[in-house]
Amino acid sequence: MSASEWPLWEVFVRSRRGLSHTHAGSLHAPDAEMALRNARDLYTRRSEGVSIWVVPSSAITASSPDEKDPFFEPAADKPYRHPTFYEIPDGVKHL
Amino acid sequence: MVATVVESESAGAEAYAEAFDAAVAADERIEPRDWMPGDYRATLVRQMAQHAHSEIIGMQPEANWITRAPSLRRKAILMAKVQDEAGHGLYLYSATETLGASRDDLLDKLHSGRQKYSSIFNYPTLTWADVGAIGWLVDGAAITNQVPLCRCSYGPYARAMVRICKEESFHQRQGYELLLALSRGTDAQHAMAQDAVDRWWWPSLMMFGPPDDESAHSARSMAWKIKRHSNDELRQRFVDICVPQAEALGLTLPDPDLRWNEERGHHDFGPIDWEEFREVLRGNGPCNDQRITQRRQAHEEGAWVREAAAAYAAKHTDRLHGEATA
Repeated sequence: MSASEWPLWEVFVRSRRGLSHTHAGSLHAPDAEMALRNARDLYTRRSEGVSIWVVPSSAITASSPDEKDPFFEPAADKPYRHPTFYEIPDGVKHL
Repeated sequence: MVATVVESESAGAEAYAEAFDAAVAADERIEPRDWMPGDYRATLVRQMAQHAHSEIIGMQPEANWITRAPSLRRKAILMAKVQDEAGHGLYLYSATETLGASRDDLLDKLHSGRQKYSSIFNYPTLTWADVGAIGWLVDGAAITNQVPLCRCSYGPYARAMVRICKEESFHQRQGYELLLALSRGTDAQHAMAQDAVDRWWWPSLMMFGPPDDESAHSARSMAWKIKRHSNDELRQRFVDICVPQAEALGLTLPDPDLRWNEERGHHDFGPIDWEEFREVLRGNGPCNDQRITQRRQAHEEGAWVREAAAAYAAKHTDRLHGEATA
């Protein structure tokens, strides 16, 4: 394996306890352990995190390239899934 | 039959182009896997690579003073700043890679001079006060340029810029504080601060690029919302910001034509020596050779570390696979 083939890793950082990990960016590293160390130096220089995940970019399966594609359409015509869809008489409380 | 296929293909391409134009017009972000015009991609790669290279080369002029910082406090600050520049370079390289560029290819283009970095880093840091002048003026100009890039139409670039801008503000303030300490110090210290500002002022104004009527890519980049303001507009904004800051420092800016224009509501300033700018761009600045030579050397001398890490990772992977199959 040459240095040029260092794989790409996606970095997820939990900024504080109680919040979920959020994508922070990516970096190259030869292995998972180095990816973690590099991620610490690159994405948490100002205490931005209490926990880091690194995932090989190649391990991520994504939905289709077009982010506006029909894959998400089934949800578009179902406004009744939202509470605001329903009309409630004025004055009715706790609903 | 063939004709129909071609027709429907071009109709498909048109639909993609329309979707792209509509997204840009609606101030939506373009994301890596969206269709985008070839020139949009090429423009971004060129600009983002140049930006990343500038961060990496920009480590050199200041790192030059780490071992000679006058106190432990200043030394720790300067190390943190130079480390930030490395980080900024890496954010931007990653963002550039989302457009299909490869990291090795980008570094190769920097090392061989096929991609550029900001000309400002081809000027030398002659005294400790230069560290302050770079923070105040060079990083100040960079921030003026970069804040609008946080709203750039390309998502990964905009996100990298948000992170970078947050971190840059410490860079500018530490520089200003450093200059203030010198300016209020002994006569010799004050003179040193003034000399640094005198040398960095004009190159900082050049950082905004050529005047609008000579800027090759400006109009198209503005249409694509990669760029939000013109070079001259940002330059003017920077001058207006700096004048009162210089006064508060007790230092002067080296421009006899600099004065408030009541009518325009802006400061007028003297002509910029664009011939000097072009010379530095051509490679004839004071430090062009030194910067690239040092970058290449650092890369070559670090080769064994990259190779060792890769070999260790390979060995480790083989062992894991061995256990799995055993």
